Parts: sequence; C-alpha cells; structure tokens
Amino acid sequence: MRSLYAIYRKEMGQYFVSPIAYVVVGVFLVLAGFFFDRILQFFIQNSLQAEMQAMQYGVPPQIDVPGEVMRNFFGLISSLILFITPILTMGIYAEERKRGTMELLMTSPVTETQIVLGKFLASLTLFAIMLFPTAVYIVFMCFESTPRPPWGLVLAGYLGVLLLGGSLLALGQFISSLTENQIIAAVLTFGAFLLLWVLDLGAQGAGSTLGQVLQYLSVIRHYDDFTRGIIDTSAIVYYASFLFIFIFLTVRSVDSMRWRRA
Amino acid sequence: MIEVQDLTKAYGSVTAVDHVSFSVNKGEILGFLGPNGAGKTTTMRILTGFMPATSGTARIAGYDVFDDSLEVRRHIGYLPEAPPIYPDMTVETYLDFVLRIKNIPAEKRAARIDDALKKTNLVDKRHELIKRLSRGYKQRVGLAQALVHDPDVIILDEPTVGLDPKQIIEVRNLIKGLAGSHTIILSTHILPEVSMTCDRVVIINKGKIAAIDTPQNLTSQLKGGQRVRVDAQAPEKQLRETLAQIPGARNVQVTAAGNDGHVIATIEADPGKDVRSQVAASVVQKGWLLYELRGVSLSLEEIFLQLTTDDAAHAEAS
Repeated sequence: MRSLYAIYRKEMGQYFVSPIAYVVVGVFLVLAGFFFDRILQFFIQNSLQAEMQAMQYGVPPQIDVPGEVMRNFFGLISSLILFITPILTMGIYAEERKRGTMELLMTSPVTETQIVLGKFLASLTLFAIMLFPTAVYIVFMCFESTPRPPWGLVLAGYLGVLLLGGSLLALGQFISSLTENQIIAAVLTFGAFLLLWVLDLGAQGAGSTLGQVLQYLSVIRHYDDFTRGIIDTSAIVYYASFLFIFIFLTVRSVDSMRWRRA
Repeated sequence: MIEVQDLTKAYGSVTAVDHVSFSVNKGEILGFLGPNGAGKTTTMRILTGFMPATSGTARIAGYDVFDDSLEVRRHIGYLPEAPPIYPDMTVETYLDFVLRIKNIPAEKRAARIDDALKKTNLVDKRHELIKRLSRGYKQRVGLAQALVHDPDVIILDEPTVGLDPKQIIEVRNLIKGLAGSHTIILSTHILPEVSMTCDRVVIINKGKIAAIDTPQNLTSQLKGGQRVRVDAQAPEKQLRETLAQIPGARNVQVTAAGNDGHVIATIEADPGKDVRSQVAASVVQKGWLLYELRGVSLSLEEIFLQLTTDDAAHAEAS
C-alpha cells in the first residue's frame, strides 16, 4: 500500500510540475465552458420560443431545460475526453521507458500491480480534478432553475463520466505500456477510442445477434443512460469489467517488459 | 553475499551471457571488465531482478534473484547505464521518491537524503531541478539514488561515465569508501578503473568469463614474468645481442630513440627470474652509458587485450 502510494504521489507530482496537465486541463475547461454556454443559450432560446408558441396555440410547453442541458453537456464532455484522454495517457509508460526510469521502478521492491494501480489512480485523480470545475457550472444552473432538478441526475451524470473516463484511461495506459514512443501511443489510443465509440454504428448494419453484441460493447451506449439519470447495473458491470481487463492487461504488459529485449 | 552459478541469457539465437559463475564476498568490490557488448549490463540486469536469466541461478544475500525477486530488490541499490532520473523533479524530491519506493520509513528519510547528498557532493544542488544539472551531476544523482537507502549490495553499471577527471577520482574514492559496509559490483570498460577501485576483477568477453582474479595478480602473475625496460646509449644491434645472451631473458626488442644515440630495449624475463642486475652489469661492462633501467609489469590493458584477442583467435580457429 505504501509503495502504491509512493507511485501515486510521484505521478501526481509529475502531472503538476510539467506543463502538460495545465495545458490539457486548461484547454478542456475553455472548451467545456464555451460549449456549456452555447448549450444553455440554445435551450433557453428554445424554451422562450416554446413559451411564445404556447401563448398563441395554447399548448403547455414541455421542455426540461436543465435536464436537456445536462444531457447535451455530458454528451459533449464525452466527445471532449475522446480527444483529451489519449494525451493524458500517452506518456504514462512510454515516457518512463524512454527515460530508463522503468528500470528503477522494476528493480525496486514494488510489484507490477502497485506500479500500474498507482499510475492509474493518479491519472483518474487528474481526470476528476479536470472535471470538477464543470460541476460548478451545473450546480449554478440547477440553483437558478425552478423547479430545481434532482441532484441524483447530476450525480449519475458525473458517475457516468468518471466510469467512461476511467475506462478510457485504463485502455490508454495499456497502449502506452506497449510502446516507447508517445506519439505512437497517442495515435493508437485515439484510434482505439474512436472504434469503441462507433461500434454501435456498425451494429445497425449487422445481424441481430452480432448487432446486439456490438451494441453492448460500444463504450458510449452505456454512458447515455447515466446522462439521463439512470444508473443501470449492466452499465456499471460493463465499465467495471472494462477497467479490470485493461488494468490486468497493463500489469501483464509491464511484467513482460522484463522478457523483452530492452 | 552474491553467488552466481552458470548464468546464461540468450536473446533469440544470440547468447549475451554464457555460463557465467562467480561469487562476491561481503564488503568486497568486484569489477566487471569487458568491451562494450560483452554482457556486463545483461549480467547486472539479471542480478537486479530487472530481467530473468535463460538458465542458471543467482543469489543475493541468500535470496534467488528470480524466485525471491522482491526480497532481492529490497537489498540492492542499482545504477543502470543511463541514470534513471526524472528531469522535472528536484534532487531532493527525487531521492525522497526513491526512498519511498524502497520502503524506507518516513522518520529515516531526511537523514538518508542528507547522507547521500553529502557522499555524492550534491548538497548545494539539493533544490535544483534535475533537468538543469550538467551530465556529470546527473550521473552523481544516479549514484546517490543507488546508495540513498543504504542497501547491502550496490550494483553500478559504468558509474564514472560522463564525469570529468576530478569527478572520476571523487567517485572512485566514494566507491572505495563504501566497500566494507557494502558489497559492490561495478562494470567498466576503462581498465585503470578496476585496478584502482576493485578487490577482484572479472574479465568478461562475448558473454564468457575470461579471467577472475585480483588486479595485482592479473597484472603480475597471469601472463608470465616481469618486463624490463632499458634506456642506454649503445649501438642497437650489439645491444640486442648482448641482452639476448643474458640467461632468463627472452623476446628482446630494441628500438632507437631519437638522434642522440639513445636506444630503448625491452626484455621479457622468464617467470620468477629477476634479470635487472645482469642487464645493468652487461651494459656497463661493454662501456655503454646506462640512463635508465626499470621493471615494467604488464598493464591490465595488455592482459585484457591478450585475453580477449586470444579468445577471438581460438574462436576463429575452431
């Protein structure tokens, strides 16, 4: 546990002494803030229009503005992290191998699992830090709207983002452990994410059984439920298995570095 | 402290380390000498648990490097070929991190860092970012990393690479100072280094051990007898004939040095024979002027070349 914490602490320190974390978090927040504003404006406009239509035709407006904003905003965050997480994970092992510091870690009394978990938890923490300011927007919006939307909706949304982000980080970390080159790691990770994203598009053309399988495997389909405030056990099982598999594979991959010619 | 038995490492069809066996006693400094690509780094990586051997065993402090890898890693400090440093850390935070992953309890860390900084002369670089340090300082940070947790066994892969002559002397003294309380293996391809720092030398070439002995023994005994160098003013040809008649002398070589009639002769003596007095006597008897006469022992360089080229010749013959 102490070794795991040592690795975690070192990773966190490294994120915040290098400019990468600041740039990535900064860019993410600028984009997220901009889009949040656009989405909010759009739905306020829509609801005003609906209200005016209602005055003319007498149909009561039925727009859940905070709910719609949140759904769209979480959808947008998911596309942003598609671009952001490969940058966060590309260097996790590639850089360590290139600098030769992997040799230090692997000749210290630290197990591969401790190394992998320490690094993974640190990247997840950075991810959570990156997300946190966006919660401020949402909370403000919820306070300003009447009736106030249930907090469960917000929590479900963030649980979804964390699970999605965590899965992507685990996959990205695994890919980073396969190569010494950060650029290759980033490109492969991005490609893999994109494939997982569009997996359910392929499902539409495929036969029913295959289609269902593909749909179930799509990393984004399970996420949609969370943005609607639904916490589905199958989605949690999906993300938990995804995390477990890629953390396990990373441990194996780090272990196999010993057998490869360095 | 360290027992290595028939250690072999093959990368595909290439055998990097071929049935290497040796042992190191507690408190001893063992030098690993060999040309680049001889298998020094591979042997060290196996000892540190970084990579597994293809066959054979190695034990450190009684623990097998493969089966009890974690236990072995608790007992070693290791400086790889390139110092394993994080450029964005300061020297102090780096050493603190190393102590943490070596499981050193919090209350001991500050003292261990101070000690390592003092030993490696890094005290005034303590708060400096490692990336701002020069190559020599980075190497010293790497060295500090290998000894900061006070391990029983310290394994250093070319510890003096990248240092200037003054720093090299400092590092050699540091290593000598560590012996006794620590068992040390260091590798180098610089020959004087082993004769200056090591208690025993393993000469390794193409993955095989060519010789294991003390530097003194290797120099004086291993390849026959003593050599004598003579500087005299004498006719070249006659000097050669005279010297060749001395009993016990063989392989007399004479070369003219400069235009003032000086001649340099080297004579190899049979093992156990001291031919110096006879050389002096016969030169003086002939009425030549003797300027200098001294015994030269084979340098490690020559032994090394002999051993490694012999090997190559044998390999080609077979």
